[in-house]
Amino acid sequence: MSPESAILAALAVPVIGALAIAACDRRPDLRETATLATSVILLACVASLLRPVLDGARPEVALVEMLPGIALAFRVEPLGMSFALLASALWIVNSLYSIGYMRGNGEKHQTRFYVCFALALASTMGIAFSANLLTLFVFYEALTLITYPLVTHHGDDEARQGGRTYLGLLLGTSILFLLPAIALTWAIAGTLDFVPGGILRSGLSNAAIGGLLALYVFGIGKAALMPVHRWLPAAMVAPTPVSALLHAVAVVKAGVFSLVKVIVYVFGVDQIAGLKSVDWLPFVSGFTIIAASIIALRSDNLKRRLAYSTVSQLSYVVLSVSLLTPLSVAGAALHIVAHAFGKITLFFAAGAIYTASHKTEVSQLDGIGRRMPWTMAAFAIGALSMIGLPPTAGFVSKWFILSGAMAAANWVAVAVIAASTLLNAGYFLPIVYRAFFREGDDRAHGEAPATMVAALALTALATIAFFFMSDIPVALARRLAGA
Amino acid sequence: MISSGEHLPALQVVLPLLAAPLMVLVRRGTFAWLLATAVSWGTLLIAVALAARVREAGPIAYAIGNWPPPWGIEYRVDAVNAYVLVLVSLVASVVAPYARASIAAELPRDQRYLFFTMFSLCLAGLLGMTITGDAFNLFVFLEISSLSTYVLIALGRDRRALLAAYQYLVLGTIGATFYIIGVGLLYLMTGTLNIADLAARLREVHELRPVLAALAFITVGIGLKLAMFPLHFWLPNAYAYAPSAITAFLAATATKVSIYVLLRLYFTVFAVRLVFEQLPMAQVLIALSVLAIVATSLVAVFQRDLKRMFAYSSVAQIGYITLGAALVNEPGLTGAVAHLFNHGLTKGALFLLLGGISLRLGGTGIDRVAGLARTMPLTSLGIVLAGLSLIGIPATAGFISKWYFVLGAIEHGYAWLAVLIVATSLIALAYVWRFVEMAYLREPGPGAANPREAPASMLIPAWIMVAGCIYFGLDTSFPVGGARLAAEVLLGGAR
Repeated sequence: MSPESAILAALAVPVIGALAIAACDRRPDLRETATLATSVILLACVASLLRPVLDGARPEVALVEMLPGIALAFRVEPLGMSFALLASALWIVNSLYSIGYMRGNGEKHQTRFYVCFALALASTMGIAFSANLLTLFVFYEALTLITYPLVTHHGDDEARQGGRTYLGLLLGTSILFLLPAIALTWAIAGTLDFVPGGILRSGLSNAAIGGLLALYVFGIGKAALMPVHRWLPAAMVAPTPVSALLHAVAVVKAGVFSLVKVIVYVFGVDQIAGLKSVDWLPFVSGFTIIAASIIALRSDNLKRRLAYSTVSQLSYVVLSVSLLTPLSVAGAALHIVAHAFGKITLFFAAGAIYTASHKTEVSQLDGIGRRMPWTMAAFAIGALSMIGLPPTAGFVSKWFILSGAMAAANWVAVAVIAASTLLNAGYFLPIVYRAFFREGDDRAHGEAPATMVAALALTALATIAFFFMSDIPVALARRLAGA
Repeated sequence: MISSGEHLPALQVVLPLLAAPLMVLVRRGTFAWLLATAVSWGTLLIAVALAARVREAGPIAYAIGNWPPPWGIEYRVDAVNAYVLVLVSLVASVVAPYARASIAAELPRDQRYLFFTMFSLCLAGLLGMTITGDAFNLFVFLEISSLSTYVLIALGRDRRALLAAYQYLVLGTIGATFYIIGVGLLYLMTGTLNIADLAARLREVHELRPVLAALAFITVGIGLKLAMFPLHFWLPNAYAYAPSAITAFLAATATKVSIYVLLRLYFTVFAVRLVFEQLPMAQVLIALSVLAIVATSLVAVFQRDLKRMFAYSSVAQIGYITLGAALVNEPGLTGAVAHLFNHGLTKGALFLLLGGISLRLGGTGIDRVAGLARTMPLTSLGIVLAGLSLIGIPATAGFISKWYFVLGAIEHGYAWLAVLIVATSLIALAYVWRFVEMAYLREPGPGAANPREAPASMLIPAWIMVAGCIYFGLDTSFPVGGARLAAEVLLGGAR
């Protein structure tokens, strides 16, 4: 398969898969087979692009001209490659987990769930491979809309309320800030293409660049920078596999991915490095890291704690890219991937706990490690990755970020990273401690269904494997940063 | 005769105009429906042929009865009205097949042929208003379309339709009268009624006071017909109580043709110099448009009836169009002309789908649609997709026009206006999402009647429109290409 047709296949396969899933509405086993088959085929399509991209090729496809001079077009570059690879690989595990979770909890509307999930992956591929801002925007909005039915899956008042916050904040910020930012970029640069080195070359004033950057930073609400982070905890009303999709596979990753892409390919790292008007971004993201960690520390609800941990971890990416050095940009790209493995493990574990014992609060977890040893061991590995300890994925990216911060001599950033590491330890290690070293009530329950345990064991394993075999992600990240 | 294509401009109007008396003679509902469908498809073919020819060879002039202008009546097709002709005939050819099932439920058997008669007359009137190059002839067609519209609205099932029709009749007549007073004043100053001739001769008129009075009369007169804020009070009632097919037809065409007339008179006849440079019409129009968008969007959020809700939304969307025109630059005008088409498709789709709901549930109150996604999944999905186009989500038709409005505002240096344009689309999100939450996130009420999907003869035309909302959001060569040419003609006519 030529790289160009692989791009189109990556976009088409999940859509065709969604149709197949819908067609198997009344035969659940066949339907789940369709989901798994689709996810495997998708990964194969995406993986076939890896070699050419590592070799320096940038395959591209243009579909239709949406506006004069702006086509719906796709182009694979290192950052999009690693994001697409991440999302399509995790989808397989996530599907495995979904099957156990949705059946184990007797959820309704399962066909709708799997259809929307597949379409969300199609939108994610569109985001990852987008060749210009308009294409990115089209799929960014599509992802918001197609995940709405997933977030409001339960259809009760709570879901309705969560869905409103989710949709209102994500669509609201993108229409209010991102769309004008794109229109301004078009008015200034006359192009919306992602070009290495940036497209805003003409002599823009310092203030204009700062303003435009702010529009992008807060317009991409999926990056969950404070104060536009509230949609993420609101979306916790969704079933756990959806949380995994939101937090690890696609949605928040699409946010930080878009932000990194805009800074690298629209502004250009070298173009804005050293400008006074972009100095504020490390502070805003640093504040989000610390503030979200403190909220996480004080949350007793497990999923809420994880949600705020995500808010904090996303700002690592933003902080890192905003330091504007090659090492830190590479660190940002790496952290998008590395965070995903640990966080999906944590969410899988939270969902497994809920399915097996219907417990949702941290304070209920005393002694649960003895009844669910696999789950809690995986949880511990995920927690180590969040803190950034070897031998886990989190250490690799944190190493780059920290080196970048030191190279930039940004001591505020270094201090933020150090403080947040302590905070991370402060809200994750007590859970592990409770689970294994405290006596709990002895209500009899074992592990969650086997597919769920298999899924979380796999991702936990991947979290460790990433530490030992990080050469491909690191190579992609270095190619992005030119380091 | 037809093969030579020379008489296409005349046939464009004559076809539906002659069909109407034929229907009265035969007095059969089915025959009338077939004829109306055939005629509207015929007008679509003619409109497309005309548009293609204009794009290749420039404007077409046609002298009715071979009387040379400015003495005789001239039909004149250029990039601007060729575009509007396609819109009007396209909507008619989608609505006509739809109307049969929809009308069967709303009208007694012996009135149905009259419905299609009026529909054909209305179509003839709208096409005539668009194609004619004569200011007085325009008035005649304006009256033809208006009178038939009053009848069509009054045919609505609800008795309040009579009141709505009466209200529209009074206001519409005032509008037409104001228009003809304005034309009279122009005739007084120039001695001509031909639009091209008027434009040329007005350049030499030095006594401006009567011309300005004419401008004022015409603005108010046409403003009434196009439901420009605050002259829009007839519209919500008319749309809410008219038969479903008619609401869709009017929403997609009638106001759009009136906007075209306003653009034509402003840019071609009075010219930019007079309207926008000597008078602060741009500021007035921008202020009114902004008020329209904000006020009626907010009103829409609080409506209890979906038809009324989308009717108020129409007034707001008309505000976007006049706003784009008032920017008097290329992106703004391109957006305005493109939005004629895009909004026509979007609202047409919405009202056609609401017609199905009204048929199955006996009304369009927001409470009735609880759990609709379960009972009428295709209708619900269609409303969601068209609703996304109304909000202006990328990859829908509505996004394309909004993009140009934002660009136009930026080019004009009005950053606040760009902010307002994007901010108000969030209000559209709010009212569209009321439907979504009701249809998808609620259980059907206990008294939900007849939980079936609408008949295919209604669903298919509606979905053609929905598909158009998506298709023309991706491939914009017709709506944007045509609109850009139109904007050039409008702006070029001024210089």
